[in-house]
Amino acid sequence: MQTLLTFLSSEPIRLLVALVAIMSFVGANAAYLVWVERKGAGRFQRRPGPTEVGWAGLLQPIADAAKLLSKQLIVPPGVDRALFRLAPVLMMPPALMSLAVIPWGESLAARDINVGLLMIFAFGSINVMAIMLGGWSSRNKYAIMSAARVVSQNVAYEIPMLLVVITMILVTGTMNLNEIVRQQAGPFWHWNLFRVWVNPLMPVTFLIFFICMLAETNRAPFDMAEAESELVAGAFTEYSSMGFGVFFMAEYANILLGCALGTVLFLGGWQSPIGLWPGVFWFLLKLYLLVFSVVWIRWTFPRTQFYGLLNLSWKILIPVSLFTLALSAAMMKLLRL
Amino acid sequence: MKKTALEILQGLRSLLIGLRITLREFFKPAVTVHYPHETLKIPPRFRGHIELVRDPETGRAICYSCKLCERACPSDCITVDGAKLEGAKKKSVTKYILDFTKCSLCGSCVEACRDSAIRFSRDYNLAGLSKDEFVMDLFKKLEDEARAAGLREAPAAVEPPPAPAESARTAGAAAPAPLKTS
Repeated sequence: MQTLLTFLSSEPIRLLVALVAIMSFVGANAAYLVWVERKGAGRFQRRPGPTEVGWAGLLQPIADAAKLLSKQLIVPPGVDRALFRLAPVLMMPPALMSLAVIPWGESLAARDINVGLLMIFAFGSINVMAIMLGGWSSRNKYAIMSAARVVSQNVAYEIPMLLVVITMILVTGTMNLNEIVRQQAGPFWHWNLFRVWVNPLMPVTFLIFFICMLAETNRAPFDMAEAESELVAGAFTEYSSMGFGVFFMAEYANILLGCALGTVLFLGGWQSPIGLWPGVFWFLLKLYLLVFSVVWIRWTFPRTQFYGLLNLSWKILIPVSLFTLALSAAMMKLLRL
Repeated sequence: MKKTALEILQGLRSLLIGLRITLREFFKPAVTVHYPHETLKIPPRFRGHIELVRDPETGRAICYSCKLCERACPSDCITVDGAKLEGAKKKSVTKYILDFTKCSLCGSCVEACRDSAIRFSRDYNLAGLSKDEFVMDLFKKLEDEARAAGLREAPAAVEPPPAPAESARTAGAAAPAPLKTS
């Protein structure tokens, strides 16, 4: 018995459990966020959304998945076969791996490493490459246009995102995500979002983070990768069956990751807003509130033109985020916080 | 510099107003009608394909096959046939073919009819697997309806009329059974 317990609590087993848990969490969420998205879209447009498959359309994602899985995976002639197949494969793992360092609860993180934030951003850049590879290897003019857009968009938005993250590292003094959450203990005005005594522009920093997160996940109004109205389906034009499905799932996995990161960095992670009963429950609540606002934004704003998008980043977000970085550095130096 | 900052703030404000509007819509009830499960009420002046009007007294079609509608139809989609029943003064319709594939719902036939024997139906659930399903015999349809409603047992118009013509005509709707057996 004792040996069994020690075996079960040994590190490889713990990692295996964490891996399976994260994969199933991402899988279930990717499927059901599609449902949330469609239901949300319906409600925002004063219609009920999916209602036919299962109660309130709850079996819709399963039906969609079954449909996608049963379709033929077409590799069009003339594509770069290896890269074409590799692109969807490269899309999913970064999001899964990054979720491993997210602290869901006080002691509920697959890997509590002290460079968690760095790891997330290191892996975060891979999915841009995956979309680019997918677009480029497709041998399709729309896909390649979309690939070019994705790269320039993601380069533009990576900069303010990283500046915001550097600000947060400066303020918290650590890259360990669990430590960042622990610092925000107590009622909600202890959250980084409201830490205005370190940096009066903290809410603005959160706003920039959120905008960049939307842009990095290629969500409307920044969905240049999948510009339906002008580029068919952008980089995913030539993908069919589960090849397309994986891109689709990865989009939601990335939203999940972005929202989880926003929760950890700004909204106090698993800390309770009233200072009582901290736990996973609060983390999930905040996470899904952010996910809801992502859906809300998508069904509110139309897509901007591409140069408008780049202007927003280079002319507004980068200067403002640089300013907040400089401001918090100066305040920390002067006030000796 | 000041102008740019103001512009940014105003842009942000307009975005927030947009978000507020959509959120308000989110909590309002849906406005759509879920077609197979619920339908809108069809207004009385809806113009569907034409149908024969039943005489409320006799329970049969008013139409006596004068063929004015056939002549009035610009698309040539109506074919009427009638027969004079024994003892009756006027002809009765025995066949009224509407080729709905050609009909443009202009309503000339309804206008041409002197006795209001045809009118627009309120049928709109029209879908079929082949073109032939839209070549409909309106007379047969009327008779089928009558049979389904229990008005008559058999299409009386093609049956030989009962011996005393007058009594049968008045009894047609009230006493359905004895027609065939007599």
